[in-house]
Amino acid sequence: MLSRLREIEQSVHFTFDGASMRAERGDMLATALLAAGVHQVRHSVVSGAPRAPYCLMGVCFECLVTVDGVQNRQACLIEVEGGMTVLSQNGASSLPPRSGPDEGREVL
Amino acid sequence: MTARVVSKAEDLLPVYDILIVGAGPAGMAAAIEASKAGARVVVLDENPRPGGQIYREITRNRPGERSYLGSDYWKGKPLADLFAECSGDYAAKATVWSIEHTEDGEGKDHHRVGLTVAGVARMIEAAAVVLATGAQERPMSVPGWTLPGVMTAGAAQIALKSSGVVPSAPVVLAGCGPLLYLLASQLADAGGHNITLLDTSQSLLRWEALRHLPGFLGSPYLVKGLGLLLKTKRHIRVVTRVQSLAILGQNTVEGVRFATRLKTEALQAETVLLHQGVVPAINLATAAGCPLMWNERQRAFQPVTDAEGRTPRRGILIAGDSAGIVGAQAAEMGGRIAALAALSDLGLAKSASLIRDLQGRRQRFFQGRDFLDALYSPARAFLVPSDPETIVCRCEEISAGKLREVITLGPPGPNQLKTFIRCGMGPCQGRLCAATVTEIMAAAKGMNPGEIGTYRLRSPVKPVRLAELAALPHAPRALKAVTGRDPVDHQFKEEGHSL
Ligand SMILES: Cc1cc2nc3c(=O)[nH]c(=O)nc-3n(C[C@H](O)[C@@H](O)[C@H](O)COP(=O)(O)OP(=O)(O)OC[C@H]3O[C@@H](n4cnc5c(N)ncnc54)[C@H](O)[C@@H]3O)c2cc1C
Ligand code: FES
Repeated sequence: MLSRLREIEQSVHFTFDGASMRAERGDMLATALLAAGVHQVRHSVVSGAPRAPYCLMGVCFECLVTVDGVQNRQACLIEVEGGMTVLSQNGASSLPPRSGPDEGREVL
Repeated sequence: MTARVVSKAEDLLPVYDILIVGAGPAGMAAAIEASKAGARVVVLDENPRPGGQIYREITRNRPGERSYLGSDYWKGKPLADLFAECSGDYAAKATVWSIEHTEDGEGKDHHRVGLTVAGVARMIEAAAVVLATGAQERPMSVPGWTLPGVMTAGAAQIALKSSGVVPSAPVVLAGCGPLLYLLASQLADAGGHNITLLDTSQSLLRWEALRHLPGFLGSPYLVKGLGLLLKTKRHIRVVTRVQSLAILGQNTVEGVRFATRLKTEALQAETVLLHQGVVPAINLATAAGCPLMWNERQRAFQPVTDAEGRTPRRGILIAGDSAGIVGAQAAEMGGRIAALAALSDLGLAKSASLIRDLQGRRQRFFQGRDFLDALYSPARAFLVPSDPETIVCRCEEISAGKLREVITLGPPGPNQLKTFIRCGMGPCQGRLCAATVTEIMAAAKGMNPGEIGTYRLRSPVKPVRLAELAALPHAPRALKAVTGRDPVDHQFKEEGHSL
C-alpha cells in the first residue's frame, strides 16, 4: 500500500504476527507496517471485514494492534522500536470493549 | 533557554499556569508567547515530535532530502526552532483525555487535566488551558471506503512527511479542497506516477462562490492556488465535476467507478486517497463542556470562542484550526493571541496592544478564505451517501440505510440515535461518523445541520486502560473525575444526551 522512496538507512527489526519486518528508525508503527507490505491489521468487530490504518493521525482507530502484549494500541501513534512484537487483532473478543453494560472492562 | 523535554508523566509539574494541548503551529506559538512572560507553561502532544499536521516531523526532515514537501512546509522550521528554545516544558507522546473544572486552594478557577505519557496516566492542574488540537479530515462515506487500500489524503501526506513513503500506484485521489491538490503536487514532485485526481468540487460558477471572488483576488491564496492547480494538471490526470464515486474490491482496493455528468468510468487502483476538506477537532473541547456552534460557511461545528480564543468555560481557550478552520499561519497567530489573552486573564501580563497588533496581522490570512470555503464546500452527494449500503459508522458498521430507517422512528438528535443503534459508540467516539450522521439527519428531516446538533461527548476522549488509571494516586477520586461515576461502577457506559 505504501512504497519507500529511499532504501532504509537505520533499520529497526520487529515482528508482525510472527513474520519479521524491517522499518526505518523513527517510523510510526502503522506506516512501517504498510510500507512493509502488510495490507490489513485487523478484522472489524461486527462483520469481521478486513481493515487497515486509515487516517494515520489517531482519529479513526482502524490501526488497533497488540504491541508487546498490550491490546488496542494505535499503531499510528507509536514509534516502531527494535524487538517489538506486534499482533493483528481479530473480531470482537480482542477489540476495545464496546461500551455496553456487559462490557467495558479493559478500556474506560 | 531551551524547552525542557519531559518523557515521563511523573516529571511534569503538579501545577502549571498555562497548559497547552497540541504542538502544531498554534500550540507552539502559544508556548513561545506564554513562556516569554515567565509563565509556567507545558505543551502536551500525542505525537513523538512537535510540528502538528502541517509541519509534521519538521525537526527531523532536511530540505535537501525532502524538497518535495514545498516551501510552506519549511516555514515551520523557524517556529519549531523558537519553540525548542522557549522556557516551557514539552511532553511528547502525551495524550490528554480529560479536562475538569476545579478550584485551587484560594477558590480560583483551575482545571484538572487527565493525561497519559508513555503509557502512564496522571492528573495535573493548570490555571488556564489552551486547546490547539487542530483539525481532522471530514469523513467521506462512499461505497467501499472501509477497504484496506483506502486512506485519507492526509494520511498519505503524513506518511510522506514522516517516512518518505508514497502510496502504491495506481493511485486515485478523490474529493475536493486545497489539500487534495497540495498532496497531488507533493506526490508528483516526489516522483509518484500513475496518479489520477477525481475532483468532486462543485462548479465555480455559483453565486455562493462568485460573490466572494473579489476578496480572494487580493489574498495570499490566489497565486499559491493557481500554481498548485497548474502544476497538478501538468503532471496528473485530473477529472473534474465528479458526481459519484464507489470504491471496488473484495478484501482490498481493486479500483474505483466514478461518474461525471457525461460519462461513467472504471479505473484500476491499488490505493485510493479520500478528502473532503478539514473540520475542527472538537472532541476534547466538547468533553470539557465548551459549547459548540454551527459554521454554515465551513459546514462544520466549532467551539464558541471570542476573538481572542476564550470559550464560555472560564480558563479554557481554543486556538488554531480547532476553533474553526483558518490555516496554518492564522493558527500560529491565533496561538499567540490566545496565550496573551490567558496571561492577561491570569494577571501575569498586560497584553491588550500586542493582541490588537496580532489580530490586525492575522486579518490578512482571513482574506480570501470565504471564497475557498464556498468553492470547496462539499457537494451534497458526498455529505449524504445515497446508497443505503454505504457504511457511515466504521466502528459499529452502521449503514446509511439503517440510519435513515431509524431516523424515521423519530429520535430528536444524534445522541438519541446513538443509544438506538450504537453509531458513534465505537473506539473512534464518532470522529469518523459524527459529521455524516448530522448531515443525514438534517436531510431526512429537512432541517439545518446546526439545528440537528452533534454527539455530546464525555471524558475520556481517548481510551485509557484501567491499569493506567488504577496506578493513579488517589485512583478512586481520579476515576470519578474522569468518568463522572463512582469507582465501583466504573464500566464506561456512554449515554445519549440531548443537546
Ligand atoms: C492530515 C492533515 C494534514 C494537513 N496538512 C496540511 C498542509 O500540508 N498544509 C497546510 O497548509 N495545512 C495542512 N493541514 C491543515 C492544518 O489544519 C493546518 O492548518 C495546521 O496544521 C493547523 O495548525 P494547528 O496548530 O491548529 O493544529 P495541528 O497542526 O493539527 O496540531 C494539533 C496537534 O494537537 C495534537 N493533539 C490533538 N489532540 C490531542 C490530544 N487529545 N492530546 C494530545 N495531543 C493532541 C496533535 O497530535 C497535533 O500535533 C492539514 C490538516 C490535516 C488534518
Ligand atoms: S490510522 Fe487512524 S487512528 Fe491510527
